[in-house]
Amino acid sequence: MHSVVCIKQVPDTTEVRIDPKTNTLMREGVPSIVNPFDMHAVEAALKLRDEYGGKVTVITMGPPQAVEALRRVKTLGVDRTILLSDRAFAGSDTLATSYIITQAVKKIDSEDAVDLVLCGKQAIDGDTAQVGPGIATRLNMPLVTYVIDIDSVDTEKKTITLKRSVENGRTALCVEYPMLMTVLKELNEVRYASLPNMILATNFKAEVWNKDDIGAEMKNMGLDGSPTAVRKIFSPPVRECGEMIPHGIEQPDVAVHNLIEKLSHNKTI
Amino acid sequence: MSDNSYSNKYDVIIVGAGPAGVSAAITCAKAGLNVIMLERGEHPGSKNVMGGILYRHPTEQIIPEFYKEAPLERHITEERVWLLSKDSAVTMGYKSKRFDEEPHNCFSVFRSKFDKWFAQKAVDMGVTLICETLVEDVIMKNGKVVGIRTNRDYGDLYANVIVAADGANSLIAARAGLHPEVRSNTLALAVKEVYSLDREKIEDRFNIDSEGGVTIELLGDATQGLMGTAFIYTNKDSLSIGVGAFISQLMKQKISVYDLIESVKTHPMIKPLLKGGETKEYLAHLIPEGGYRAIPKYCIDGLLLVGDAAMLVNSLHREGSNLAMTSGRFAGEAIIQAHSDGDFTAKGLSTYKELMEHSFIVQDLKKYKNTEKFFEEHMQFFTLYPQIADDAAYEFFKVDGIPKKEKQKIIWKQITNKIPSWRLLLDIYNGWRVVK
Ligand SMILES: Cc1cc2nc3c(=O)[nH]c(=O)nc-3n(C[C@H](O)[C@H](O)[C@H](O)COP(=O)(O)OP(=O)(O)OC[C@H]3O[C@@H](n4cnc5c(N)ncnc54)[C@H](O)[C@@H]3O)c2cc1C
Ligand SMILES: Cc1cc2nc3c(=O)[nH]c(=O)nc-3n(C[C@H](O)[C@H](O)[C@H](O)COP(=O)(O)OP(=O)(O)OC[C@H]3O[C@@H](n4cnc5c(N)ncnc54)[C@H](O)[C@@H]3O)c2cc1C
Repeated sequence: MHSVVCIKQVPDTTEVRIDPKTNTLMREGVPSIVNPFDMHAVEAALKLRDEYGGKVTVITMGPPQAVEALRRVKTLGVDRTILLSDRAFAGSDTLATSYIITQAVKKIDSEDAVDLVLCGKQAIDGDTAQVGPGIATRLNMPLVTYVIDIDSVDTEKKTITLKRSVENGRTALCVEYPMLMTVLKELNEVRYASLPNMILATNFKAEVWNKDDIGAEMKNMGLDGSPTAVRKIFSPPVRECGEMIPHGIEQPDVAVHNLIEKLSHNKTI
Repeated sequence: MSDNSYSNKYDVIIVGAGPAGVSAAITCAKAGLNVIMLERGEHPGSKNVMGGILYRHPTEQIIPEFYKEAPLERHITEERVWLLSKDSAVTMGYKSKRFDEEPHNCFSVFRSKFDKWFAQKAVDMGVTLICETLVEDVIMKNGKVVGIRTNRDYGDLYANVIVAADGANSLIAARAGLHPEVRSNTLALAVKEVYSLDREKIEDRFNIDSEGGVTIELLGDATQGLMGTAFIYTNKDSLSIGVGAFISQLMKQKISVYDLIESVKTHPMIKPLLKGGETKEYLAHLIPEGGYRAIPKYCIDGLLLVGDAAMLVNSLHREGSNLAMTSGRFAGEAIIQAHSDGDFTAKGLSTYKELMEHSFIVQDLKKYKNTEKFFEEHMQFFTLYPQIADDAAYEFFKVDGIPKKEKQKIIWKQITNKIPSWRLLLDIYNGWRVVK
């Protein structure tokens, strides 16, 4: 099995603060981490490799510093890491991001056939959950989102059996691969890196691909290829908590009376 | 090492990436030795608390002109000592234009930033640094330390020499059987706060310009009469405030260090300095203050102890990082010598002992070896004398029509009412003797 995992470097939101005056994110000094969902995607790919053999390639699109995200997953023992980095990529929205990543996956596939593409459910900063589906659509691959379990792989029939989370429950699916999945944290527990892998990660070199390496066209990426623009970022107003009208069970008539009183008092009825 | 080769055998393993460990690592790496350094924190300094003054001289011996690029806060231009009583301070200090000229004497720093930078220097010189990894044990063979065990899978590493640079309460020293037992009267507990305050306010209140900085050491009431000290150091836009006392005394007096730092911050002499600021970080840390008598055996077959792990702290002079760096450098030099001789036994590493014993480290600690005990037996230095000094100064400066000669008599009388004159003279003489 050759899995390609897409990871995004994101600010550690547990340490991001919003400037109350300007409503902008204060990113200064905030450490970067690998998008938490993506760590579970990497773990899933490693598990499949441990069980069925093969290879795990991890890619990320971002500025040169994003190599640290690749270093982090290198400590888990992934085989190959590629940084997609080019000034022309800056300002890409989800449409352009999925285009760039698709181009990269195509190139990887041409060197070494890709069986699975794995993404996180969503990025904790952008939060759109669009990049994974965007890549699947462009690659014309089956897509399964919200994966919480990978049961088995039939390498003869080239099918994978998995479970996805849906509202009110879960569904089991058997899907042909090559396919793309986006994963939830319940899928697995991320392994604790072994010391040899930690040591190897200290002096690894990620491959870096630019727009020419992946044959990407200018019109499809960066600001030119991004129809979305962020107009404003704000934190939603804190919702005031509701008021409980007590004793509904013991004294329903009193509770109803109190409710009507309140509603008519503030002229709702 | 190429991308996919991995070896579990090094020339040197260093446990702990504080000032001592990094200094040893850099010294060894400069000589071309293959060094790995293990740190339990997320990054070097992330677990570090020092409210810190960093000294230039020992640091430059490791990295010349480090101050041109290291993350420093302010260079210190004035050192103050305040003897506090309940509502007063008898102050002393030294300020000099000479301290304002490069190269500076010392700097206030944040260890979380400085240690990270310092360790990166080691990495740049070829040291392998592994963070978020706890060393749990040493591996012994035929009575010689030959390796360490970490908390990770396949986590054993081997080396010719292991350096324990893991700070106060060293686990490595204990596992190697070197710390008999840590007694609470050799350990001090310190708490430190980073207190954010506008730059201009700091510069106005401490009478400094944009680069210079002040240290204030606080004695007397700052520790509520316990043996210990407190301090305030100026950073760029914050203050480091800390207080430390011996654990044995805290326990006896049932005072918590948290109470101590609150009483420092609310002291009438200190409160105005802090007005308008707020606590940004709050941390606690152990300091080994056992002095010379507490130093364990620091050189055995295959293992050297450096810095706080070897209990090298000079409490009287607020030094620690300099002893850590210098001992780390000495250890590095001994390890280089041992490699050229191919002898990693205690004998082969004995250069370390020689360098230590001929240096200011052991000599200073030896010189002050009786101080802890002396002050412990003479608690009046922390309780009674600050009050006496306060009363004397108050009488002396008060203008009330009493002739000076008369005043001197009054002052002396006040003193001898509290303590017999022979006792006072004896204390002064003995106090001078332990620090002379
Ligand atoms: C503060 C902020 C400002 C922004 N400003 C603009 C703007 O001005 N103009 C604009 O067009 N867009 C802007 N964006 C959108 C930004 O480009 C998106 O974050 C990006 O396209 C990815 O979308 P997402 O974060 O919603 O990822 P999601 O779609 O939620 O991510 C899902 C999964 O896709 C994969 N993935 C996502 N991104 C990458 C990546 N870079 N490399 C590898 N895998 C990845 C991961 O597996 C991830 O788990 C902004 C975003 C933020 C947070
Ligand atoms: C409040 C306070 C104020 C101080 N002020 C000053 C001052 O102003 N000036 C000064 O010079 N000194 C000061 N000191 C003393 C100074 O901090 C120490 O002497 C100095 O940090 C010692 O350096 P070190 O490298 O030996 O140990 P440390 O700095 O303690 O470094 C030890 C490192 O080892 C790591 N470690 C520990 N155990 C393990 C393990 N098992 N596995 C892996 N890693 C491990 C730790 O995370 C740490 O990074 C102060 C101390 C305190 C507590």
